Amino acid sequence: MSPFSPQLEARFRELMQRYPARRSALVPMLLYAQDELGWLTPAAVQRIAELLAETELAVREVIGYYSMLRTEPTGKYHVQVCTNISCLLRGGDELYAHCERRLGVGHKQTAADGVFSLEEVECIGACSWAPAVQVNYDFHQELTVEQLDKILDAYAARARGERTDS
Amino acid sequence: MTTPHPLETRVVSRRFDQPDAHTLAGYLASDGFRALEKALAMAPDKVIEEVKASGLRGRGGAGFPTGLKWSFVPKQSPREKYVLCNADESEPGTCKDRLILEYDPFAIIEGMLICGHAIGAHRGYIYIRGEYRYLLDRMEQALAEARAAGYVGKNIRGSGFDFELHAHTGAGAYECGEESALMESLEGKRGIPRLKPPFPAVSGFMGGPTVINNVETLASIPPILLNGGAWFAAFGPPKNGGTRLFCLSGHVERQGVWELPLGFPLRKLIEDLGGGMRNGAKLKAVVPGGSSTPLLPGNVAWDLNLDFDSVAKVGSFLGSGGVVVVDENTCMVRFALRIMQFYRHESCGWCVPCREGTQWLQTSLTRFHNGGGRAADVDLMKEVSENILGRTFCALGDAAAMPTLSILQHWRQEFLDHLAGKPCPFGARTTAGAVGAH
Ligand SMILES: Cc1cc2nc3c(=O)[nH]c(=O)nc-3n(C[C@H](O)[C@H](O)[C@H](O)COP(=O)(O)O)c2cc1C
Ligand code: SF4
Ligand code: FES
Repeated sequence: MSPFSPQLEARFRELMQRYPARRSALVPMLLYAQDELGWLTPAAVQRIAELLAETELAVREVIGYYSMLRTEPTGKYHVQVCTNISCLLRGGDELYAHCERRLGVGHKQTAADGVFSLEEVECIGACSWAPAVQVNYDFHQELTVEQLDKILDAYAARARGERTDS
Repeated sequence: MTTPHPLETRVVSRRFDQPDAHTLAGYLASDGFRALEKALAMAPDKVIEEVKASGLRGRGGAGFPTGLKWSFVPKQSPREKYVLCNADESEPGTCKDRLILEYDPFAIIEGMLICGHAIGAHRGYIYIRGEYRYLLDRMEQALAEARAAGYVGKNIRGSGFDFELHAHTGAGAYECGEESALMESLEGKRGIPRLKPPFPAVSGFMGGPTVINNVETLASIPPILLNGGAWFAAFGPPKNGGTRLFCLSGHVERQGVWELPLGFPLRKLIEDLGGGMRNGAKLKAVVPGGSSTPLLPGNVAWDLNLDFDSVAKVGSFLGSGGVVVVDENTCMVRFALRIMQFYRHESCGWCVPCREGTQWLQTSLTRFHNGGGRAADVDLMKEVSENILGRTFCALGDAAAMPTLSILQHWRQEFLDHLAGKPCPFGARTTAGAVGAH
């Protein structure tokens, strides 16, 4: 039984054909699996190992190397605050400290309600629009604490809305 | 979209204000694929000659002459050859490749096709950092359009030239921007670099001869082919040809990315494009080319021209084009610490000097910044940094040591001012960041 949707299984089949050796598809497959499941579950690791004819251990070794790949769930909205040099000079530390206070969690922790998780990250390539924050894959740039608050309010509302809808 | 500044010279960024340049129709409407047509009619050697004549040097950081790199690829090879585009863009201070990926993805595709023709390769990959998901989507879209119209795949536009091209996502690792680590990652492995030699031109991806170039380098190729190498070279001073994208950040009124001819005065970049120092503060330091390059004191930076040779003359590098401006109110101990936290976190751990050195330096800098430390440690930090230099398998070790050494040299007094339990004179956050906690 595959833990993935038929669409993702099809995408994997196409991906594996793009390279001289299908092992090359491993890192993208892991990231796309995580996108669908939220994290790399044991079933996901097992299935990807099977598709690539690799051992689960070999797959886990690769997972451990890449900072975006996770073997535990995060919040629905994963808030990543850059504090590297350009952001440091424009208030990245203040944004990060504010998130800690507001969300009540620290680095790589998830709030009890599962809506938000927090991570202090390295440069996200938004230096000339510092300070910058990424929430899941969305960039938010040139932020003040007040603007960040509005953005987090909007995500929180979306989480509430989606819950009452379903 | 970005509107041009009057002081800019837009070559790579010439389509940044064209709303539909990321679509095939928009690209074709503004000279798209005309350079490829021209290149395919030329002998491969002639294409390489043209790139050599342009003086183009790699925009990824090391500044290696692009035409020369291409010429190292053997003509005959029993193994398949490859063209790789390095879109890992992770050097702190650098955010330019992102704009090319967003506004002009076809220019990257066209540059890679031309490179493929020049070196006799028929396959390529664009390695995009995992955080840039919207840009991966954009590139996949561009590739799909290009393939459907016969610009990618077999017998491109009836020329007899075949080239397969795909985008590939990373998943978070600065080290994967290092060319051999990128190839490991592209083979589905951890991004641990390879011993060199052999260099990629001889043995790269899957053991085949490989050219790897930065996004901006490849996007510069079509205009060079269209207008001629000499035309491009004429934008800068001798041996420093062309234009490049400079990413300005830090304590300026206006941060931004602008394309300027090489040799452009840094003072003008800060004053005329950046709107001057923020709140009228005094300039203290400049990171001239991304976090790996030695910092320059304000007075040296003020008179500097931004080209490879001028920056080398004052002991630093043009690097990746990331110019970070630091004002007088900044704690340089904190700045050094933040840089070290980054390299400590990103070290792949293969070589002892890099793995242990960055850890030790992070610990020492943390202690200093918290008001601890010993005077003797200032010299010890210098010694440890010097012992990393040149003793590692890849350049990440040097990248950690060089900025640290420059800060220890130029702002030594600030370290002494932090000693003996004194609070940071700049009142910055005193704890080390969480980054690197894993
Ligand atoms: C630790 C490290 C990280 C690097 N990161 C990048 C990067 O993100 N993008 C890039 O183009 N080059 C990066 N480089 C440089 C590449 O190794 C390589 O020199 C470059 O891709 C060559 O392209 P170019 O000649 O067009 O500059 C990095 C080098 C090192 C040592
Ligand atoms: S210098 Fe650092 S990052 Fe490079 S190979 Fe050695 S340990 Fe790894
Ligand atoms: S330093 Fe924060 S985005 Fe580059």
